Amino acid sequence: MAKSNEPIWWSLFSAGGMVAAMVLPVLIVITGILVPFGLAGEDPLNFERIHSAVSQKDSVKLVLFIVITLPFFHWAHRFRFTLVDVGLKSVSTLISVLCYGGAIAGTIILVVIFWNI
Amino acid sequence: MSVYHRPVSNIWWLKRKPYILFMIRELTSVFVAGYCIFLLVLVYKLTQGADAYGNFMVALKLPSSVALHLISLAFVLYHTITWFNLTPKILVLYRGEERIHQGLVAGTFYAVWAVISFMVVWLVLGV
Amino acid sequence: MAETMKLEIFRYRPEKEKEPSFQTYKVPFREDWVVLDAINHIKDEIDGTLSYRWSCQMGVCGSCGIMINNVPKLSCAAFLKDYYPDKIRIEPLTGFPVERDLIFEMDDFMTKLTEIQPYIIRKESEEKPLEEGEYLQSPAELAHYKQYSMCINCMLCYAACPVYALDSTFIGPAAIALGQRYNMDSRDQGRDARQEVIASHDGIWECTFVGECSVVCPKDVDPAAAIQRAKVSSTVDWFKDILIPWGKKK
Repeated sequence: MAKSNEPIWWSLFSAGGMVAAMVLPVLIVITGILVPFGLAGEDPLNFERIHSAVSQKDSVKLVLFIVITLPFFHWAHRFRFTLVDVGLKSVSTLISVLCYGGAIAGTIILVVIFWNI
Repeated sequence: MSVYHRPVSNIWWLKRKPYILFMIRELTSVFVAGYCIFLLVLVYKLTQGADAYGNFMVALKLPSSVALHLISLAFVLYHTITWFNLTPKILVLYRGEERIHQGLVAGTFYAVWAVISFMVVWLVLGV
Repeated sequence: MAETMKLEIFRYRPEKEKEPSFQTYKVPFREDWVVLDAINHIKDEIDGTLSYRWSCQMGVCGSCGIMINNVPKLSCAAFLKDYYPDKIRIEPLTGFPVERDLIFEMDDFMTKLTEIQPYIIRKESEEKPLEEGEYLQSPAELAHYKQYSMCINCMLCYAACPVYALDSTFIGPAAIALGQRYNMDSRDQGRDARQEVIASHDGIWECTFVGECSVVCPKDVDPAAAIQRAKVSSTVDWFKDILIPWGKKK
């Protein structure tokens, strides 16, 4: 039987799942509750502070890159199989291309944004 | 002899509670990706200058934004809980003949989660 | 008046009908009866044409698996009192073609079991002559695979697996768990041969970790965990191949 290339997608799925589990809940609490309701002081995410952090520190870029792109691949892999599980196996190749393609596109977009910041 | 093949419905996952929970778990990925798209847009707004970014921040106060955040939070928390509860099944550790209790492995993940969450609050909000 | 219970049983008689149907039987309700007792009662007292598999009546032989209210169960281990007074719906295990009534075709499962080579494989050069005795194993080494060796081939895990029901090319829970049982055995050296099947597209990668295979397993084999662990080790293999191609054996 053919050697499978699934390990690459599965490891990205797993890494993304772990990152999402660890940091997304707190980030959602920050941007969805703490910041809009003013529970974290006056405009803690002000432009100057965030812009200088992202544009000047490569470590911040790296962390953001991991936090944003790995969960894209997590979604791509999981959603691909969700669609297969609801009976779309006949178009599974197209589904794979769209899902992983979407994750790759998101990654490229982020790289371009970082390039221009 | 003719065997009978029972058809499988595409809504098999609605027929039993464990399958519904499985499907919800899989669909959390949509909210995971959705929130990451939000983060992507946030970073993009940084490149568009202080005004564009400021407007984006003001928009976070809209009821629709808060509602979307809360719905996403529910799904992403479900992802976190199911993820940490399933990980000890894969991460099987032994001390001699004794398997290290799955609850201990899961507990470690929850503890790390708590520490990371506090660190993120501290780093992002500067408080 | 004695209490009774209704069993709605899947009937399929290929010589006289193209489509299966359900037939309802009324059986006496007894506290100490399992569903298999009730089905045996039907066979002996009500309708001798009903066909089903059973043997040991003590949860070891693995032949009496059926769907009870859509959940795969050993009929010798499911008590009537857990369902009383509701009607019980009984079908052959999901995911398999039906031969007659509750009897399903298990050829596919048998083929898959043999495909993963479920026996100890030694490299030719490392095969000990008989007079040198057994390959010894410590209790700690036994502990690593023992859980996966408890399988009784009842196929409940296949019936619980929607991935297998949707596409039977998937190797499936029990076969992969049994493969892992030998892969993790300290005496075995056949992992590379088994990986041909286990790490293929139809092997572990089809699994979406629904996890119901482990829930329904009467022997706590936990095939879902076996599959996920096989994904981890196969991924490690894959990266090793990419990063250190010269490290490839043979």
